[in-house]
Amino acid sequence: MNGRPRVAEDVWEGTNLLGVLREHMDLPGSKNACEQGECGSCSVYLDGRLVCACLVLAGQAQGRDIRTVEGLASAGVLHPVQEAFLEAGAVQCGFCTPGLVVATHDLLTRTPQPTTMEIREALAGNICRCTGYAKIIDAVHLAASRMRP
Amino acid sequence: MDFLQPATWTEALAMKAAHPDALPIAGGTDVMVEINFDRQRPPAFLDLTRIAELSGWGLDDGMLRVGAGVTYARLIGELGDRLPGLAMASRTVGSPQIRNRGTVGGNLGSASPAGDAHPPLLASRAIVELASTAGTRRLPAHEFFLGPKRNAMRKDELIRAFLVEPAQGPQQFSKVGTRNAMVIAVCSFALALEPERRRVGTGIGSAAPTPVTAPEAERFIEGVLGEHDMWQKPAPVAESALVRFGELVAAAARPIDDVRGTAAYRRHALAVMARRSFVWAWNEYRGAV
Repeated sequence: MNGRPRVAEDVWEGTNLLGVLREHMDLPGSKNACEQGECGSCSVYLDGRLVCACLVLAGQAQGRDIRTVEGLASAGVLHPVQEAFLEAGAVQCGFCTPGLVVATHDLLTRTPQPTTMEIREALAGNICRCTGYAKIIDAVHLAASRMRP
Repeated sequence: MDFLQPATWTEALAMKAAHPDALPIAGGTDVMVEINFDRQRPPAFLDLTRIAELSGWGLDDGMLRVGAGVTYARLIGELGDRLPGLAMASRTVGSPQIRNRGTVGGNLGSASPAGDAHPPLLASRAIVELASTAGTRRLPAHEFFLGPKRNAMRKDELIRAFLVEPAQGPQQFSKVGTRNAMVIAVCSFALALEPERRRVGTGIGSAAPTPVTAPEAERFIEGVLGEHDMWQKPAPVAESALVRFGELVAAAARPIDDVRGTAAYRRHALAVMARRSFVWAWNEYRGAV
């Protein structure tokens, strides 16, 4: 879990990974909204792949490498994606932000300089009901320019 | 609830035989919605994600044999050139998060009439491979779907793979929905041209109790192409024939009115999608000959 082994106890077999993160591991960054993979608010990495934590059965995550939004910043310093979201004003209520930050991180890992169309495709599984997305797309472009090697 | 996690295919079949009511789970994109919303409480889960055999693919006597656990994202990336119709359908599945987890095996297991993978599997005459401790059997995709969310699997069986020929010619897939992502098809249509065999394959999604083919439409358009020797000397197909093809595809559907659309809209949209898909595929064929 974010680079170190963690043990969760007394997890009911029908619990999803999101429940384990939030209720058993004190990692409430991943948000619980739709619980059906529609909104992307619980986006995390499972073995390096972007997934919805609500659709992973707890037992399926056992022994796997999980990285959550809490694992992106290091030593109190925000990740450039997080900085860009702040700076571009891509956050209003903030509920969707952790999922969008992880999904953007995944996009920029695979496609360091995405076009606007590629950003829209990559973030199609993350729903925001406040911003209208324009500033989110600005933030992704900004993060991409900051992270340019 | 029990959580069963076989490490091998042999072990999985033994577990399914011992626990026939165990609910198989792979990417979880269908199953977990049922669980999260308390619509199902299976006595046990059978987690198939640790079974290496399910996540591979290879050639089997000229056909591609694709493990039930291959995700949509991998299908697009690894098999998009050989299975273009299925790859087009895969790109319309959910979102990146869903395509990273969802599998064709799971789509077959759920057997939703709206499953995106089903029309292209039907159009290219795919085969579903089922297995149990009693042995393996292979069913044509059109015999696999029995009703809404019902398929031909026995309780002791699991889906091992699907088999499909690498594309023999141009393929197309169209889907109607309210946006370009995260959409359950209002209706969908797949088409596959097989120039060597002079055949046209079709598949219709979300417009009948099961995914279906349109055999009359296939025979009709094959007749039009054969009559004018068009596979050899490809020319544009007459507008009247295209319209008739669309009508016959729509006639093969048995749609209902539901929250996503009306039966009348689905028939209309199918006729349009069928006509357009054929023209796109035929133009590609004409360009390549």
